[in-house]
Amino acid sequence: MGRTLAEKVWDDHVVRRAEGEPDLLFIDLHLLHEVTSPQAFDGLRLGGRKVRRLDLTIATEDHNTPTLDIDKPIADPVSRTQLETLRKNCAEFGVRLHPLGDVEQGVVHVVGPQLGLTQPGTTVVCGDSHTSTHGAFGALAFGIGTSQVEHVLATQTLPMARPKTMAITVEGELPEDVTAKDLILAVIAKIGTGGGQGYILEYRGSAIEKLSMESRMTICNMSIEAGARAGMIAPDETTFAYLRGRAHAPEGADWDDAVAYWRTLRTDDDAVFDAEVFLDAAELAPFVTWGTNPGQGAPLSESVPDPASYDDASQRLAAEKALEYMGLSAGQALRDIRVDTVFVGSCTNGRIEDLRSAASVLEGRKVADGVRMLVVPGSVRVALQAVEEGLDKVFTASGAEWRHAGCSMCLGMNPDQLAPGERSASTSNRNFEGRQGKGGRTHLVSPQVAAATAVLGHLASPADLSDADDRTPAGAR
Amino acid sequence: MEAFTVHTGRAVPLRRSNVDTDQIIPAHWLKKVTRDGYEDGLFEAWRKDPSFVLNQEQYRGATVLVAGPDFGTGSSREHAAWALQNYGFKAVISSRFADIFRGNSLKNGLLTVVLPQDVVERLQTLVESGPATQVTVDLESRQVRAGSAAGEQLTADFDLDENARWRLLNGLDDISLTLQNESDIAAYEASRPAFKPRTIAA
Repeated sequence: MGRTLAEKVWDDHVVRRAEGEPDLLFIDLHLLHEVTSPQAFDGLRLGGRKVRRLDLTIATEDHNTPTLDIDKPIADPVSRTQLETLRKNCAEFGVRLHPLGDVEQGVVHVVGPQLGLTQPGTTVVCGDSHTSTHGAFGALAFGIGTSQVEHVLATQTLPMARPKTMAITVEGELPEDVTAKDLILAVIAKIGTGGGQGYILEYRGSAIEKLSMESRMTICNMSIEAGARAGMIAPDETTFAYLRGRAHAPEGADWDDAVAYWRTLRTDDDAVFDAEVFLDAAELAPFVTWGTNPGQGAPLSESVPDPASYDDASQRLAAEKALEYMGLSAGQALRDIRVDTVFVGSCTNGRIEDLRSAASVLEGRKVADGVRMLVVPGSVRVALQAVEEGLDKVFTASGAEWRHAGCSMCLGMNPDQLAPGERSASTSNRNFEGRQGKGGRTHLVSPQVAAATAVLGHLASPADLSDADDRTPAGAR
Repeated sequence: MEAFTVHTGRAVPLRRSNVDTDQIIPAHWLKKVTRDGYEDGLFEAWRKDPSFVLNQEQYRGATVLVAGPDFGTGSSREHAAWALQNYGFKAVISSRFADIFRGNSLKNGLLTVVLPQDVVERLQTLVESGPATQVTVDLESRQVRAGSAAGEQLTADFDLDENARWRLLNGLDDISLTLQNESDIAAYEASRPAFKPRTIAA
């Protein structure tokens, strides 16, 4: 019987397989950041151990880093200590680090792919659940806890039981105003936040094949919000074209060998998935969340659901609690929800394509009075590219704030936070209670919806904007 | 890691689904660089509400958390497992756990017990009607037992794969176990293709 993409990559990394034991998997790339690594390095010191493969390990600073005044000392002493701890640990153990201020610094899941380190058929781990992002390249990539970070540092392997496989097949053409973010939010709403538990998802079908690498990363990034262990997309010409020429992509004969291998990384026709889900791309629409988990979402054209409409008692209770927290009432049109903050950025939507998408909507328009819009590029490289294309000027001319790279308001570990009761439209990945700041309320949206929402002050898509109402002639293309 | 064999203690019912790790331990607690001192951050936002279940006098000192489905979703922060342990929990019972949270917990000796949703709800009801109910989580026999003064009884078997159970019962350190197979790792490394990426020159 044939094998799925996930099974092929898994099998190629089994160091040891024994009856009654989890497989011991080799890890090709280990990404580190300041939040989940300090206790792992402490563990190494306690055990008198070294980092086994410094050449497969790389660190950057992202979760705690400020997005303003980065040339000044970090104001929060606890954040500063955590960054200093990473710097000390990397120096002591010899780990390559891209600290704040470095041209390769940025959100860890943006940095790996742009350096060309994330490659098809590799195993990638990081002490961060959004490591699933790297699956867009046909890599098997999953988030791990700090004990596992220590394990990988010490052994370059992880003992793991093989997850089941689920195909998410999306056929057809996405409507013009529908993005990868809308697609993945619709998938999560369909299968639920626990629907992917115990599975590696493979996104496939004609709608997926047409997507750019940036869009594929957005989709794989949010696999974890469906509870999945990982998400993958088979590598193809789009993948190879993205990688070619990047700093760590193979060269010369190695490139040819690599591509020959990468071409084998497709699910065999006779392979069988443990579960399958089908979506029709043409039926998708701009999608937003109304609740406090990423599965509580609906098309923008709809209304806040009535908790009483849920048959399942725990879902009903969850919806009641969500509406209470979000300050919403059943039946309210999603388009009527007003926001005071818009955030564009994160490992979900902080890449150049996302910034272009938001800028194209904002060009010649103004952010509504009373709305604060933050644009936080995913990495310094993304920021430089955006500046080269003049996107930063589009953002600042519209009244948005153009910030330095980092995780920022996605999780509010740095000063970029919502105040209690504030409401955001956010291109990030989690609308959990308090995620963006204590008492803050989050609606997950695509970059396009974020930009249109900023202009109108309520949840909206670009279709809700007319050239007449907002765009000034000077900004028209 | 601390070994887990049998634990008996009082339990606290948490009737919420989709309790994400941001609720278990909010992000600002993640700036600490230690594995301890997270007890005050556990469910920090909810604990501000005096009626929240952990604030109720009758559940003070409980060591078993009986949670709703999809417990521990979201972030991979191991701090969530540490916070539960630092607060005093020895075991969490739910019908569904997020994969990463479950793995993190088992690596720290915090036993996650999966029981069918109807059994979890019966246990929650039992504990609500009798907060002094002693709940035993027995990893040796893979069984949860609960009995109240009124004599109500609940016995439920649970699954845990044999390898994970063996590690927990013996409190084994994963890294030492893996390094017993160091020669397998070295052999694999010797066979890796030249085109695989490297972060620095070897």
